[in-house]
Amino acid sequence: MRKEEVQEGLERFIAARTGGPVTVSNLVRLSGGASRETWSFDAETPGGSIEGILRADPVPGAPTIPGRELEYHLLKAAWDAGVTVPEPLWDGDDTFPVKFFVMRRVPGETLGARLIRGEQYAKAREVVPGQLARDLARIHSIREADHPELARLERPPAGKSAAEAQLDYYENSYRTAELDPHPVFELAIRWLRQHLPPAGEEVLVHGDFRLGNFIFDETGVRGILDWELAHWGDPMEDLGWLAVKSWRFGGRQPIAGVGTREAFIEAYEAAGGRPVNRQHFLWYEMFGNLKWGVITMTQAATYLTGRNRSVELAAIGRRTAETEIVLLELLEGRWD
Amino acid sequence: MQDRPTFDELLEAVAGYLRDDVMPNTQGRLSFHARVSMNVIEMLRRELATMEEHLAREWDGLDRLLGVEPMPPRLAAVREALLRRNGELCERIRKGDADGGPWRLAVLSHLRMVTLDKLDVSNPGLAAEYRERA
Repeated sequence: MRKEEVQEGLERFIAARTGGPVTVSNLVRLSGGASRETWSFDAETPGGSIEGILRADPVPGAPTIPGRELEYHLLKAAWDAGVTVPEPLWDGDDTFPVKFFVMRRVPGETLGARLIRGEQYAKAREVVPGQLARDLARIHSIREADHPELARLERPPAGKSAAEAQLDYYENSYRTAELDPHPVFELAIRWLRQHLPPAGEEVLVHGDFRLGNFIFDETGVRGILDWELAHWGDPMEDLGWLAVKSWRFGGRQPIAGVGTREAFIEAYEAAGGRPVNRQHFLWYEMFGNLKWGVITMTQAATYLTGRNRSVELAAIGRRTAETEIVLLELLEGRWD
Repeated sequence: MQDRPTFDELLEAVAGYLRDDVMPNTQGRLSFHARVSMNVIEMLRRELATMEEHLAREWDGLDRLLGVEPMPPRLAAVREALLRRNGELCERIRKGDADGGPWRLAVLSHLRMVTLDKLDVSNPGLAAEYRERA
């Protein structure tokens, strides 16, 4: 959308919700991504000033997934459950030709390596794992019965456990990518099949809960972001994914690069999280590393089939080996 | 045989151009993609320097797991044959041959060697980290 269009639309939209008149200033487009337009702005309203963020689809009727269409409702459910998220202000209407919503702006940054290395984040590194544990426990306490609008999120098919359905999906993705044969993936898939955890209760799973996807500052976690992959499933999926080696950004510890598994499990359970079976957690950590490995392959395939000619996507194909060495370590029982 | 500069010397020139001229004079996506491109060129220099040795080592490892087979004389044929032999290894793993016993240990040891060779090219820092641990 053009800047003038956003400015004028936002003033009209917020005026209708605050009893106007409203002046919008400092409007800046933050991300140039093809998947979402994000605008930062300040608004003077009759009720005071608002530091806000507008999230909008890039084009009208953009192909989408339930987690994206329901992002406002997901934020709302998380906010109500006490999760550290930017406060959702208003779901969109027909002010713009695309789907959108408005939330409050949260200060801080997201780059993983900065949390691991930044001198100013010494205190944050100590508190982040505990804060993530509490947030995750609260996310997993969100129940469908209290949020009927979230019923459309994806869920495991009937007759299959969440773990089996996830493994089926990524095994199929690996086999249909039709690049090189990967013996390490075969070993991992076989191990995962032979150690499938039993089906458990279904909870709201964030789906991409990791370092890089939350805002932090010197005080720690300020906002859990990236809710597009949320679905109903196994709570241990989020714990295992958080510990995946690539999401440690060079940090030496499993949890966001800065915390131990044991301390995290303890904090998660103490905050009301689901009871954690260690084997079940580790199954999802092995699965998470396989999943990221398969994604590096499929991203390279996107380049190789000519759908996207970005050198960045092409180069990701050579990151597969980083996940293979981790899988080999885990297959030999070395959980660092 | 081509004249000097060698391929390595030419790749070094391109990487230097991206690092010293393009990156400092661009911003955002353009600068980021220049950095990715420079890293790709540096990776190719490492790959070309080690390729012969790595392919031979992978071939010998597969000989120990699948039975001895003469290595083809030409590079393209070696690549084709390695794809086929790795496919065969995958098939044996899917059948359960590597579920336990000495063959599983041999497979794990071979795959560690091959994966560390791949990492020496794509991410030497990480390769060194894992070699130190072993």
